[in-house]
Amino acid sequence: MGPSADRELHLTIGSRFENIELVQMTVDEVLRERGVPEDLRHWIGLAVREAVANAIKHGNRLDPGKRVDIAVGLERDRVEIRVGDEGPGFDPDRVGDPLAPENRLRTDGRGIFYMRKFMDEVGYSFGPGGGTVVTLRKRLNSSPAAGPGREERGMT
Amino acid sequence: MKIEKREREGVTILAVEGKITIGKGDVALRDAVHEAVGGGAGKILIDLGRVQTIDSSGVGELVSAFTTVRNRGGRLKLLNLPAKVNDILQITQLITVFETFDNESEAIASF
Repeated sequence: MGPSADRELHLTIGSRFENIELVQMTVDEVLRERGVPEDLRHWIGLAVREAVANAIKHGNRLDPGKRVDIAVGLERDRVEIRVGDEGPGFDPDRVGDPLAPENRLRTDGRGIFYMRKFMDEVGYSFGPGGGTVVTLRKRLNSSPAAGPGREERGMT
Repeated sequence: MKIEKREREGVTILAVEGKITIGKGDVALRDAVHEAVGGGAGKILIDLGRVQTIDSSGVGELVSAFTTVRNRGGRLKLLNLPAKVNDILQITQLITVFETFDNESEAIASF
């Protein structure tokens, strides 16, 4: 979280899927208070859900004793959300393209795709002793009609 | 998440309400489809009209339902896609996989 964040929030959850709901509701409330339109909150919320779900499932391998740390930083026109797990890490470049014909009917492998579509930036960092932190960033000054992939429609 | 099951003219309609998301909604959808298929249903229409959100696991479950039914010689179609669910199926390009309808009678007649 940069020094310019004017509101910060930190959450720590155990690795249970039902906690995803809590995280999404909390992030949604913070964004609602800031006046972020419902549509934009919906897509940010979905990206956050995917990041936390990945941390629980792939990072912490469903071990309820392992924690997921979520940090939300609000700036005037941007939100940054970091989601950290205690897992062994992974190579994001080795995750297949869900739009490739051979992957189209796969039942998994769309989480990172969701995040990339709904957010402006998605980054990863890996701790020396393990643990992955996913960083999601989104500008908040887009129009209410802007849906997923708005950047591809030249609305940046 | 709630699923109501009913039959109309030989078509099994599963009306989903709530969130199709990891851990609960996706499992409920899987169970409902497997139960219908296990009971001999070959024509399945999933009504998504009251779905608020669908995450990547929920989308995966829709794909799984589609292939499960198809592999048994049946057909699975979708009804009443909310705008945000439609957006998701567009960006995942799954809209080209599923047959979708806005009108139940037209959907029933298409089987």
